[in-house]
Amino acid sequence: MNLNYTAEELAFRDEVRAFLDEKLPADIAAKVKGFRRLSKEDHQRWQKILNEQGWYATHWPEEYGGVNWSPVQKHIWDEESSRYGAPRSVPFGVNMVAPVIIKFGTEEQKQRYLPRILSGEDWWCQGYSEPGAGSDLASLKTRAVRDGDHYIVNGQKTWTTLGQHANMIFCLVRTNTEVKAQEGISFLLIDMDTPGITVRPIITLDGEHEVNEVFFEDVKVPVENLVGEEDKGWTYAKYLLTYERTGLAGIGISKAALQHLKELATRRIKNGRPLIEDASFSQRIARVEIDLMAAGISNLRIIASVEGGGMPGAESSMLKVRGTEIRQTINDLARRALGPYAIPFVEEEMDLDYDGDFLSDENAAPVTPQYFNNRKLSIFGGSNEIQKNIVSKMILGL
Amino acid sequence: MDFRLNEEQQMLQDTVARLVRGEYSFEKRLEYSESELGFSADFWKQLGGLGLTAVPFPEELGGFGGTGVEVQSVMTELGRGLCIEPYLQSVVLGGGLISQAGNSEQQEQWLGGIASGEVRAAVGLQEPQSFYNLNDVETRAEKSGEGYTLHGRKAVVIGGHCADVLVVSARTSGDSRDAEGISLFLVPADAEGLERRTYPTIDGSKGCDLVLNDVKLGPDALLGEEGKAADVIEYQTGRAISALCGEAVGAMEVACDLTLDYLKQRKQFGVPIGKFQVLQHRMVDMMSELEQARSMAILAASVADEPQSDERRRILAAAKNVIGRSGQFISEQGIQSHGGIGMTWEYNFAHYAKRLIMINHQLGDDDFHLERYAALLQ
Repeated sequence: MNLNYTAEELAFRDEVRAFLDEKLPADIAAKVKGFRRLSKEDHQRWQKILNEQGWYATHWPEEYGGVNWSPVQKHIWDEESSRYGAPRSVPFGVNMVAPVIIKFGTEEQKQRYLPRILSGEDWWCQGYSEPGAGSDLASLKTRAVRDGDHYIVNGQKTWTTLGQHANMIFCLVRTNTEVKAQEGISFLLIDMDTPGITVRPIITLDGEHEVNEVFFEDVKVPVENLVGEEDKGWTYAKYLLTYERTGLAGIGISKAALQHLKELATRRIKNGRPLIEDASFSQRIARVEIDLMAAGISNLRIIASVEGGGMPGAESSMLKVRGTEIRQTINDLARRALGPYAIPFVEEEMDLDYDGDFLSDENAAPVTPQYFNNRKLSIFGGSNEIQKNIVSKMILGL
Repeated sequence: MDFRLNEEQQMLQDTVARLVRGEYSFEKRLEYSESELGFSADFWKQLGGLGLTAVPFPEELGGFGGTGVEVQSVMTELGRGLCIEPYLQSVVLGGGLISQAGNSEQQEQWLGGIASGEVRAAVGLQEPQSFYNLNDVETRAEKSGEGYTLHGRKAVVIGGHCADVLVVSARTSGDSRDAEGISLFLVPADAEGLERRTYPTIDGSKGCDLVLNDVKLGPDALLGEEGKAADVIEYQTGRAISALCGEAVGAMEVACDLTLDYLKQRKQFGVPIGKFQVLQHRMVDMMSELEQARSMAILAASVADEPQSDERRRILAAAKNVIGRSGQFISEQGIQSHGGIGMTWEYNFAHYAKRLIMINHQLGDDDFHLERYAALLQ
């Protein structure tokens, strides 16, 4: 047993740190560390820097412009970039649709879409969930009917994250209603500018516009935008979901959030002393830090087994559940640390260039909204209930 | 033993329930919340017109002489409707402090208006450093001539943005966190040197921080005995805790009803999701949290207007601890049971969740009251 990085891995970590020291824009890092909202431009600026370094597509083979990092290297990248406050890449293009196109797409699709993902020319969003198809994704109803060289698409997608910025959407659509639900689904790539597509914002409980509904009314999609075979979309969808699940545990982000919490608790005062010196509060922090330590090692165990040639299986489902619970606990504690100041909703202080007096603490304003917003963590990416179903079926045989 | 409301109490609660049902749709609440006032002036007027703002006051002020039970009857229905009018701040806390500590002139000057709803009060008892300890007072009140000069800052004064009068704690002697030396003052909203930084709250109402820049007050502004306000504040916030328990129970009832309805209606995998055992058990846990909260609310109401004692202190700390925990459990598990729809602004569940979580940040959270209770363990 050896829990240490190899000399090469340590050298890689130094390289990553040097890159982040030099290239990560300070304003973007400040936003990420303070839980402030990132603009489309922020994401694009960082993507461009990563792409110039050749580090944007961490999951792709080198022939398509990927980095081909080992699982440990990817882990080092996740840890360090979270610690430095680098934004996580918006996953829908680079980490979700791209692996599907690489594995199942035509040569033409690869030539057309992959370079545009790398360059940032295309911003992808995900058309999976529907109002009636959430956890039961296979019951989706959006129809695609073949008509000559086109599919005519009608239906509605929902919870489309950052769809307001996207010019492309990958969709699961029903092409066959005669067969079992899973067998009549196809995977389509759709240009968002096609007539008949309407995007409507969904405002979340914290007042944010992050997700959308996307409506399709007689939308004409060229048949060459079908990925793989007609009616085989479920296979591709599941392949994509394994990519979605990787990283949902968010260990690196939790570590950064924990650091943020400790700093906040050092500045907040209770009975004339820093809150972090309060016996019961410091124990609450200690408990979640211990849980995070354990989950961090679990994560490394999965990474090491993948490095050794294994496949991440249902273990990543367990880690998704644990990891999201840990992050929600950290958000809960940050909210508690504000005491009465958890109540005001001071939106203007969430902007990085706010130059007025802070009501309580310079990092207070995003804390309560973040707590509410991150209730999503246990719902999306396969709800934690669905993850537990996977574990009980795949590992326990129940 | 009988846990039911008597006939008059039931009539009172029904009156509020009817009013809320008629006037307080979810859509209207969003409008009220976004208005400059931050709530409905018209609804507030109706609360006054029906004598509901007078409930805890004596009959000569148009009131019922109501105790904790009657106040909870009102607050439970306001909680069910997610009402954002400053009933707790003006009627329960402001009115309560003036009733207990005020001399007859002060009572005469303010209580009639507060009871009728024509005057709105708010209370500034917290400070930026105080966390939930209301004895942690650094705002100074210096004697100047006949009266006092106040200097300092009061934090998160819900309803303070639109109050006509503010009841504010300040230190006339002693060190920060001493119980001895805290005094209460009546500060008119238009007092010179008083600044308000107004903001919306995450749960849809409005409040402000008060900055007191050498606010000069006459001798008649002192409420109660100089330096002896800590006990008054503790007693009245105890009444307010009981009232908040009522509001929380009302909000939890609706949150549980909404979740149960959703479990019955929402279908996935060909069946209502309420057929899944994991969701059934979660719903049962939510209901038993609600029952725990309901029991503690009843207990809190029974001591709210009793003379102060360690037993009263223990019960109120326990009640606030329980509703803080139950409220968080029901909010979080309710959102989880709903899935994405529970996260949206358009659907009312999230607004109940936000209110319940914020109730835990008013008058001390579950950790704070656990500590208080532990300190009073027998």
